[in-house]
Amino acid sequence: MSAPTAQPPGLVHPGLPTPPPPPPRLRSRRLPYLLLLPALAWLAIFFVVPTITLFSTSLQTGSIYEGYALTFSFSNYLDAWSRFWPQMLRSLLYAGAATVLALLIAYPLAYTMAFKAGRWRNVLLILVIAPFFTSFLIRTLAWKTILADNGIVVEVLNALRITDVLSAIGLTTDDRILATPLAVITGLTYNFLPFMILPLYATLERLDVRLIEAASDLYASPFAAFRKITLPLSMPGLVAGTLLTFIPACGDYINAQLLGSMPATAMIGNVIDAQFLRVLAYPTAAALSFTLMVGVVAIVSMYVRRAGTERLL
Amino acid sequence: MTLLQAGPAKAARPRRSPLGWLREHIVLIAGLAALAYLLIPNVVVVVLSFNRPAGRFNYSWNEFSVNAWTDPCSVAGLCEALGLSLRIAVLSTLAAVVLGTLAAFALTRHRFRGRGGTNVLIFFPMATPEVVMGSSLLALFVNAAIVPLGFWTILIAHIMFLLSYVIVTVKARLAVLDPRLEEAAMDLYADERTTFWRVTFPLALPGIVAAALLAFALSFDDFIITNFNAGSEVTFPMFVWGAAQRGMPPQVNVIGTMMFVAALAAVIIGQFAGRRRRMR
Repeated sequence: MSAPTAQPPGLVHPGLPTPPPPPPRLRSRRLPYLLLLPALAWLAIFFVVPTITLFSTSLQTGSIYEGYALTFSFSNYLDAWSRFWPQMLRSLLYAGAATVLALLIAYPLAYTMAFKAGRWRNVLLILVIAPFFTSFLIRTLAWKTILADNGIVVEVLNALRITDVLSAIGLTTDDRILATPLAVITGLTYNFLPFMILPLYATLERLDVRLIEAASDLYASPFAAFRKITLPLSMPGLVAGTLLTFIPACGDYINAQLLGSMPATAMIGNVIDAQFLRVLAYPTAAALSFTLMVGVVAIVSMYVRRAGTERLL
Repeated sequence: MTLLQAGPAKAARPRRSPLGWLREHIVLIAGLAALAYLLIPNVVVVVLSFNRPAGRFNYSWNEFSVNAWTDPCSVAGLCEALGLSLRIAVLSTLAAVVLGTLAAFALTRHRFRGRGGTNVLIFFPMATPEVVMGSSLLALFVNAAIVPLGFWTILIAHIMFLLSYVIVTVKARLAVLDPRLEEAAMDLYADERTTFWRVTFPLALPGIVAAALLAFALSFDDFIITNFNAGSEVTFPMFVWGAAQRGMPPQVNVIGTMMFVAALAAVIIGQFAGRRRRMR
C-alpha cells in the first residue's frame, strides 16, 4: 500500500488555525525510477551483461593461445553435455538429497522454535544464526574431523552395521564416510540448513495458533492437525527454504572437493571451476555454466508453479 | 504457551509411560538434535584451536596447546587475508545497503511501469548458482579488460550479489509497516520529509540493520564468486581453501573461533539493547 500524499480535506478541526498549504509533492512520477536506477544499473552491468557474455563465450571456438571467435558453435553444448552429464546428474541427485534431508532436519527445529521454545525462542534463534559467522569453509573442514575414519561417528555406524546398508546403496564405501557421496551430502545439508530453518520459522511464527487449537477442538489428532493446518500454512516458508537450499547446493563444489573424493564425487561446479580456472577451456566451461543456470531456473519455475506459490516471486 | 500440550486429551491421562513421554516430546527431541547437528562443527572448530597438530593438517586431536591463540598472525598471509576480507565486507555492505534500500523503497512505496520485471531481475541473481555468477563475471572482466582482476573486481562482484539479498530483506520489513502510522503523522501536519525521517525510516531501520548483517556475513564468507574474480588477491575464505590443500594450521581455527565469539557477543548485546529500549 502506498502512503497517502494528500491531506484528507474534511478532517481539519474548525478551532485550529488554518492548515498549512499541502506539503510539496516530493513524489514525482520519476522518483521510483531514480531510486531504482543505481541498483538496477549495477545489476544490469554486472549481472545481465556478464550472463550475455557467458552465453556468447559458450558459442565461441578457438583456444586460449590463438584467441576465441564467436562462431555460434552450438556443438560446444553437445560436446559439454556428452562429456559431463554424469556430473550434472550427480549434482541434481546430491542437491536433491541434501534438500530433502535439510527439510526433515529443519522442520522440527523451526517448529520447536515457533511453538515450544517459549522464552528460549530468541536463544534458539541466535544459536541458529551464530554458526553463519564462522567461515563456512572452516566449519566444512570440521566435518573431516567428525567423520574421520577412526572417529566416533564411523565407529558407531560400523558397530551398528549401518555402514553396510549405506554401502549397499552406494552412499559409502569400505566402512568409511569421508570421501564418499554420504560425506558430500552431509556437508551440503549442513551448509544450507540455516537457509531452510529461517524461512520455515518465519512462516510458522506468524501462523495463527487458534487454527490448530480449533482443529484439535474438532477432534483432529495432532498428526491430522499438522497435516491439514500447519503443513499447508507453512508452504510459503517450505518452498522458499527448499529453493534457498537446492539452488546453491546445485552449483556447490566446496563440499565435493573438501569432503568427497575427486573424480568419484565431482559435481558440475567442480567441472566448471576446473574448466574455467585450470583447463582454461572457456567455451566448454561457459556452456556448462549456462546449462546449469537454465536448468536451475527451469526446475525452480516448474517447482514454484506446482507448489502454487507464484506470488512469492 | 505451548499449544500441543494444552487441550483436554492431556488432562485425561495424568500418568504417562516412557513411550508416551517420548511421543509427546518427539518434535522437541528432533529439534534439539537438529540444533546439535548445526552446532557440533563449531564445537570442533573451538576445540581444535587449542590443538598442537601432529602433522601439517589440524584435523585430529593431538595435544593441548595455546600457541595458536597467543600468536594467531604468525602464519604467513593469514591476517592479511583477514584484513582484506573485512575491508571488502564493510565496503560492499555499505554500498549494497544504500543502493538496495533505495530500490526497496521504490518497489514497496510506488506503483510504476516495469515493477514486475524489476522484481524478476532482482530475484534472478538469487536463483543463479554462485559458480555461474562467478564465472560469468570473470568472462566479462577478461573480455572487457577495463579493470584488472583484484580488489576492485572482488568489490564489484560482492556488491552485485549482495544487492538482491538487501532489497528482499528491506522489502520484507517495509511490507509489514502499518501505513496508518504514516497517515497519522501526515494528519498531524508532518510534511513528507518529516514523516519519512521521523516515522518511516526509524520503522524501517530494523530491516535495514538485518540486511546489513546478512550482507556482511555473506560477503565475508563468500568463496566461490570471489575465487573466480580475485586475481592474485587472497581473501580469508581463499586462504582457508588454500590451507585445506597445503596444510591447515590451528591459527585458522583461532580466527574462526574469534569470529564466532564476536558475532555471538554482538548479537547478544544487540538483543539487550533492544530490550532496554523497549522497556523505556
